[in-house]
Amino acid sequence: MPVTTKETPLGIHAERLSGRSQQRFFRPEEAARFTYPQAFEVDFNKQAQFDAGPLSTREINLKLRELMSEGFGTVIMTNPGAKHALAVGILNRLNLRIEGSLGYFGCGLIDGPNIHITGRVGWSCAENMLAGTVVIEKNAGSTFGAALRGGDLVCKGDVGARVGIDMKGGTIIVGGRAGAFCGFMMQRGRMVILGDVGKNLGDSMYDGTIYVGGKIGSLGVDAIPAEMTALEVQWLERKLKQYGLECPRGANSLQKICAGRQLWNYDNLEPAEKKLIL
Amino acid sequence: MCGIAGLIHRGSAGDVGSEMTSMLKSLKHRGPDSTGYALYGERRTGELVVRVKVAEQQDMSQGFDVRRLVKERRNEIQRRLHELGAKLLEDTQATEYAYRFRIEYAGNVRDLANYLEDVDGTEVLSIGHGLELIKDLGDAEQVSNQYSLAGFFGTHAIGHTRMATESAVDIRSAHPYWAYPFADIAVVHNGQLTNYWNGRRALERRGHRFVSNCDSELIAVYLADRIAQGATLEGAMQTSLEELDGVFTYLVATADSLGMAKDVMAAKPMVLYESERFIALASEEVAIRSIFPHEIDTSDPYEGQVRVWKH
Repeated sequence: MPVTTKETPLGIHAERLSGRSQQRFFRPEEAARFTYPQAFEVDFNKQAQFDAGPLSTREINLKLRELMSEGFGTVIMTNPGAKHALAVGILNRLNLRIEGSLGYFGCGLIDGPNIHITGRVGWSCAENMLAGTVVIEKNAGSTFGAALRGGDLVCKGDVGARVGIDMKGGTIIVGGRAGAFCGFMMQRGRMVILGDVGKNLGDSMYDGTIYVGGKIGSLGVDAIPAEMTALEVQWLERKLKQYGLECPRGANSLQKICAGRQLWNYDNLEPAEKKLIL
Repeated sequence: MCGIAGLIHRGSAGDVGSEMTSMLKSLKHRGPDSTGYALYGERRTGELVVRVKVAEQQDMSQGFDVRRLVKERRNEIQRRLHELGAKLLEDTQATEYAYRFRIEYAGNVRDLANYLEDVDGTEVLSIGHGLELIKDLGDAEQVSNQYSLAGFFGTHAIGHTRMATESAVDIRSAHPYWAYPFADIAVVHNGQLTNYWNGRRALERRGHRFVSNCDSELIAVYLADRIAQGATLEGAMQTSLEELDGVFTYLVATADSLGMAKDVMAAKPMVLYESERFIALASEEVAIRSIFPHEIDTSDPYEGQVRVWKH
């Protein structure tokens, strides 16, 4: 069966970039031209289920793609068997329920799907996720949501070390405890950890906000406590409720951590300007 | 990137040979060069199991005279066992170059190991009351078939799939490492120790010797030395987190225990399944799933964590 997509040629922009000017490439009226290759129009009312047990990683991901290309918008995958790199690179809306556990690098590089995992995930779940939601009912491994760019990534259990390392946007919520080096070099986004967290929290973070419900092992370099605002409390309550989570002592009891910005040393000059001066 | 795995039956025993083979087969992609097992079988008072190899696998295809040499070395080992007063109860040829001797021996294990190791081309892989250490080139299926490990009944085991990065692809560099010459202590390790030479020299000054240049062997000898000085296994492992530098996760097995330690950076993976009757650990959950196809709860041990489970 031929695979149909909304793919159209992106073309090459010939405009020259200069100085600090920003080129506006993505005009709303041209949005249709900028959809991803292999992004599919799906119908949430069209449901399919398949057994991943006997399939290899590649076969499982191809099966998902095949179902999406046929318009299935709700897919149930059973027996994933902790295989690695499952449900990756999904670039369209999809309701995906995974009954079981994933191995490493599950749900990476996704943009749009809502994924619900009834088991556990290994290292690097939802790495570089752009949009959508990933909800894990049990525990997760280290580097959870590394380089996250958008969307909501939720683990209702405990997670390992380096949660949200290098995250650039989106929201990570952890219902239990987390390990060391969470939020290392975080650049943007929000991280909520309801339990205890290990040492060096937010080490070298540039920006973004971390909220912690339990004890903090230690703060990393340039991570500092900050005052919580009423708006943030409202946001936290709303967000936690959305995923059936609760902060035992109320959202306003969370500790807020942000960047002290003492490590900021950005160069204000463009490379061309720098050459002129130097 | 190597793969490590461990399991222990609590209060019972099982086919640890087949269980560990299933786990290591699932970790083959982490290290296809060699595979090793430290299996803990039934302990018999007054008896020891000695596992030795008298040549490397690749030696067997080199030279016209290798089979005669191998035979001579085996005879010499048997002679030396007899000379030391060991009663040979069982003598099994696992491969052309690897042998298993079950002996009755009341003497010093260090003297025994040193005297056997002195035979040209010989490496003592393990000596123990329950421990049997098997390692060879190839994946878990090959090694298991070669050494007939299916059906090995025991209480616990650790295993390793190796991707050679800094030393040769041979049996000497394969894991697990026996803590020469301490009976029944073996280690598998994933990671790198950055103070290997300092640690090794310190232990050599205390009279210990090393059979390889692999940093994992240091962990085994370090822990055994601490235990010999009176530390508990857990205590020795706690100290190792302070004294061993680098990124590592290791598993250690003794006659009746299985231990796990993760360095303070938590840079190397480990997944743990824990129930009242059975504990399984592996670099990847897929290895644990290979022996538990049904849904189970697993977790990642945290940085700086030490755990010990007794049989």
